[in-house]
Amino acid sequence: MVNSNIVARTGNEAMAEAMRQINPDVVAAYPITPATEVVQIFASYVADGLVDTEFVPVESEHSAMSACIGSAAAGGRTMTGTSSQGLALMAEMLYIAAGLRLPIVLADVNRALSSPINIHCDHSDTMMVKESGWVQIFSENCQEAYDNMLQAIRIAETAKIPVVVTTDGFIISHGMERMEMLSDADVKKFVGEYKPENYLLNLEKPITIGALDLTDYYFEHKRQQIEAIRNSKKVILDVAKDFAAKTGRSYGLFEQYKMDGAEIAVIAMGSTAGTAKVVVNALRKKGVKAGLIKPRVFRPFPKEELADALAGLKAVAVMDRSDSMNAHEGPLCVEIKAALFDKGVSKTVLNYVYGLGGREIKLEDIEFVFGELADAAKGKPVSRVSYLGVRE
Amino acid sequence: MANLKDLSKQKVLFTGGHRACAGCGAAIVARQVMMAAGPNTVVVSATGCLEVVSTIFPYTAWAGPFLHSAFENAAATVSGVEALYKSWIRQGKYNKKLNFIAFGGDGGTYDIGLQSLSGAMERGHNILYVCYNNEAYMNTGVQRSGATPKGADTTTAPVGKVKKGKEQYRKDLTAIMAAHNIPYAAQSVVGNWRDLTSKVEKALSIEGPKFINVFQPCRLGWSYDPAKTCEIGRLAVETCSWPLYEVIDGQYKVSKPKEKKPVTEFIKMQGRFRHLLKPENKALLDDIQAIIDKNWESLLKKETCFAQVVSPKPA
Repeated sequence: MVNSNIVARTGNEAMAEAMRQINPDVVAAYPITPATEVVQIFASYVADGLVDTEFVPVESEHSAMSACIGSAAAGGRTMTGTSSQGLALMAEMLYIAAGLRLPIVLADVNRALSSPINIHCDHSDTMMVKESGWVQIFSENCQEAYDNMLQAIRIAETAKIPVVVTTDGFIISHGMERMEMLSDADVKKFVGEYKPENYLLNLEKPITIGALDLTDYYFEHKRQQIEAIRNSKKVILDVAKDFAAKTGRSYGLFEQYKMDGAEIAVIAMGSTAGTAKVVVNALRKKGVKAGLIKPRVFRPFPKEELADALAGLKAVAVMDRSDSMNAHEGPLCVEIKAALFDKGVSKTVLNYVYGLGGREIKLEDIEFVFGELADAAKGKPVSRVSYLGVRE
Repeated sequence: MANLKDLSKQKVLFTGGHRACAGCGAAIVARQVMMAAGPNTVVVSATGCLEVVSTIFPYTAWAGPFLHSAFENAAATVSGVEALYKSWIRQGKYNKKLNFIAFGGDGGTYDIGLQSLSGAMERGHNILYVCYNNEAYMNTGVQRSGATPKGADTTTAPVGKVKKGKEQYRKDLTAIMAAHNIPYAAQSVVGNWRDLTSKVEKALSIEGPKFINVFQPCRLGWSYDPAKTCEIGRLAVETCSWPLYEVIDGQYKVSKPKEKKPVTEFIKMQGRFRHLLKPENKALLDDIQAIIDKNWESLLKKETCFAQVVSPKPA
């Protein structure tokens, strides 16, 4: 076990501190609300000589990810941060980073996508790039943001897959919390030294990266990438195990909160899970068999594991902080239902799309969800898809 | 500077066997630039003809390290490579001296890649960006670009019953690069190996961001006999349609042709300008000659005027 320092940090500060302790070779980034602070604080570390990093203050997020690809392909430990429109502008390059199997780590502060323009939290930015081939990890609070960043670099470099760690815009990014930090030396030991296998600057073994891959090879290469994403589940769990051994803080693919003997449960990602825990505690005191499932890893999606965890429940409510625009439900709900279907489990699954554009999600909102869940569990008719907290 | 005999003995860094068209000027640019740069050169390329013909998996024409990521971002991508190199040198993790060269066509440089190019130049990376400029989107089938000259026939600004090819003048990208106050910006051409290789050597001897705009005849898009690539390149220079010059720390150095030929000498060899030789298009041809004359005169003025300006020594 390592010694921890108890500090007060915002989510952005926590992510920047993690980046400082990881001490990447290159950070290329562009400012965007509410993620600006991550790179701004990091730039001050560079200015004060606290890191060895070459900081590339690019002219756009597209160039940020392009420069990260250049650095990672060249053989360097590489990180960046962004949000919302920035992630959208990067989208083309996110796919390329993943396809080239480059272990870049990105700190993403979840924010709604335009239009209408809005700077507050929802998950539409991260969901927009869920098919890009990145591992996606959500954080409930500042502590998790910090812990996830430290684990992300090891996951990325072991699995050869880029990793995005998200926090919720303003709610976590600008909210100050008590958290525990590892010492610089312990982080250095935990993340280890990055030794790339094949890299551009290795003149002993020159390679061509990003070749044109036509009908005779493309499919095989994509199949390998798909397999790597499947295999990354084990990498994520192995890194979490080592992290728990050192810090006492355990992480899995998802967290099960008061799920023992639960009959109804809410599934929620990010900061909302924290709010839901308060509601679950209150309901449990009243004797309601309520629980919470908090997916931490959205990509790869822990399909079998989640289906097993949900199998014994009477009814489930999936909370989606974005909509799929598929004219039926949110992206998390689609995944949950697919997982249950393949497991042969027929279950009442309610979907609540909430909090778009930073609309506040309160304890009463989640109490309302549990109320409807209890009704659904008793067989009462309840709307399958609801938009929570919206005027209509 | 190496002579032709020395160059021919060097290790070939851009090899044969690639799939470029017969008479392709881009392949000549790549080969000559790599001859001048030598080993220990890292190449980044934008999507485009050069990347497509030289890296069809599982083959590559690049004997040294090569990276391609996308179309609009060769300058940003090479920025990241160079940043990592700087970081490693500073940390004592690497000790070889390397050149960093990015290649982009005119589409990937003048148009979709202009922002990332401008950013990289402004940030001052120690890179050489080479634009192989064939004045249209050749890889996708001869569409007009910001580099396409007025009057040229392309598939998105075609010659029709009422239109006579591209209606706008091409942008002056070399001037835009020079306006970034980079230490070295130049124009070169396919068809003058000595000019191109010496400019590459000079550029690589200078610390900081460098840009060379290489005029590159394209036999497919310009529609001419593939044997004439170098000859057409030289005619562009002799007609002052594509002047050869350098801007070194703000000072212009122009290579003047012995005799300035009329632009028709350059135009008459190319299918893309065929319509300009018809009597009814004489006014357009005159306009093209007039703008060449004006630009040439303006370039010569820049050479003499800026020679009187003394640059301060950097702090």
